[in-house]
Amino acid sequence: MKQPPDEQPNLTRRQFASMAAAAAAGFVLTACGPKRLYEMPTDRLKARIREMERKYAEEFGTAVTVADTPPIPGVEFAYALDISRCIGCRRCVYACVAENNQSRNPQIQWIRVLSMDKDKGVDFSDADPYYQPEQVPQEGHFYVPVQCQQCRNAPCTKVCPTGATWTEKDGIVVIDYDWCIGCRYCMAACPYGARHFNWAQPSIPKDELNPKTHYLGNRPRPKGVVEKCTFCIQRTRNGRYPACVEVCPVGARKFGNLLDPASEIRYVIENKRVLVLKEELNTMPKFFYFYGT
Amino acid sequence: MRSVVWGACALAVVVGTFVARIGAGDAGVPVRAAEPQAAQAPPIQEMERVEVPPPPFSEGIYPCTACHNKDMPVNRTRRELTEMHTDIVLKHGHQWCLDCHDPDDRDFLHLADGERVGFDESYRLCGQCHGEKYRDWRAGVHGRRSGSWNGHKTYLLCAHCHNPHQPHFKPIEPKPAPIPPSRTVPR
Ligand code: SF4
Repeated sequence: MKQPPDEQPNLTRRQFASMAAAAAAGFVLTACGPKRLYEMPTDRLKARIREMERKYAEEFGTAVTVADTPPIPGVEFAYALDISRCIGCRRCVYACVAENNQSRNPQIQWIRVLSMDKDKGVDFSDADPYYQPEQVPQEGHFYVPVQCQQCRNAPCTKVCPTGATWTEKDGIVVIDYDWCIGCRYCMAACPYGARHFNWAQPSIPKDELNPKTHYLGNRPRPKGVVEKCTFCIQRTRNGRYPACVEVCPVGARKFGNLLDPASEIRYVIENKRVLVLKEELNTMPKFFYFYGT
Repeated sequence: MRSVVWGACALAVVVGTFVARIGAGDAGVPVRAAEPQAAQAPPIQEMERVEVPPPPFSEGIYPCTACHNKDMPVNRTRRELTEMHTDIVLKHGHQWCLDCHDPDDRDFLHLADGERVGFDESYRLCGQCHGEKYRDWRAGVHGRRSGSWNGHKTYLLCAHCHNPHQPHFKPIEPKPAPIPPSRTVPR
């Protein structure tokens, strides 16, 4: 039967009802579902943080703090590593593991020190991360520690389908572990192998947990998410140096504010021979390598 | 009238600069002795002293004047020491003890011009030969500093890392290599 034109409003009402239902569902989802850090209203964020702290305290049997310290205005972090000094001792690797609560088994290490041949120069096809001589430095070798390069034109953040990783105002590329779905696109996109995946439940001995954590940094991660160096966000946003900077026995690691003309980073850039890794990819790292000599 | 206007402008500029300087001082970020504006940079000796931890003396060796006092005549001859300090092996260019240690007051070192400097200021002595390293060190780029990247920093003396008698670094044992990927997931 052909519908009389006067029944048209009925349809509209039905449409309206379904639209309203969809809108309501959408509203409920956005209001109650998980949110990225900066989309959350303060009270919800605080509640989420309290919940995390309670969960971690239960799991590790110690008081754990989860900070949400924001970027400092006027600060853009950068890093410089003196490859003429690094002796490849890997002190930085283990200081990083301890500071940032990386899984011991399966093993995750955000810093990888590559041993390279002095005759060949920086050549990734001929780099050895597994060197284990009695003593370092080894004759004829130099060392290039690699970690997240905190690219200004970061390929990893562009490919993330959920927006779980982004660049903060102070230049730190962060990951919200609550939003990471573990698709590992970012790992494929990263030309530096800086991102690491928790294939299994990470394990950290209870007495080795660093209880001072940051939401976007070293808080204990669940299985199935990606993680990486955050320039020690939990330390550097409070004025401290990253753990790797402090531990390096030869002082090869430098850190500071790129926007401060008096910072050591600027001194390095203005006075030393500086390079970035895989410059041709236009990733624009904020992690510089230099020759101090 | 015109000159008044100019005067006011000039004053404004001066005041502006002054205020800007105060502002910069307040932000007072890193401990940098001298700005790299080469023209007015003070001579390196006059730059402010930096804060360092106590010099790394061997146990019980300081004050040197406990032994090297007026009862012990100064022997200025370059020689091999056989009675005391035999543990010190000097591998540092063609140096001799008294090139750096002050013969008349052993609790001090001295610069090439004879000026006495304390052990806590030994960087000035080292910097006389290693000028480029000294400059980098003052800027926080050679060596290690502790403290905060945007605030107070403590330096280490050259001697905290380099044995002044044998400044070359000794090789050290590396920490364990990472486990290759095939074995990282527990079976
Ligand atoms: S701690 Fe310093 S010297 Fe040792 S591997 Fe790391 S960067 Fe190189």
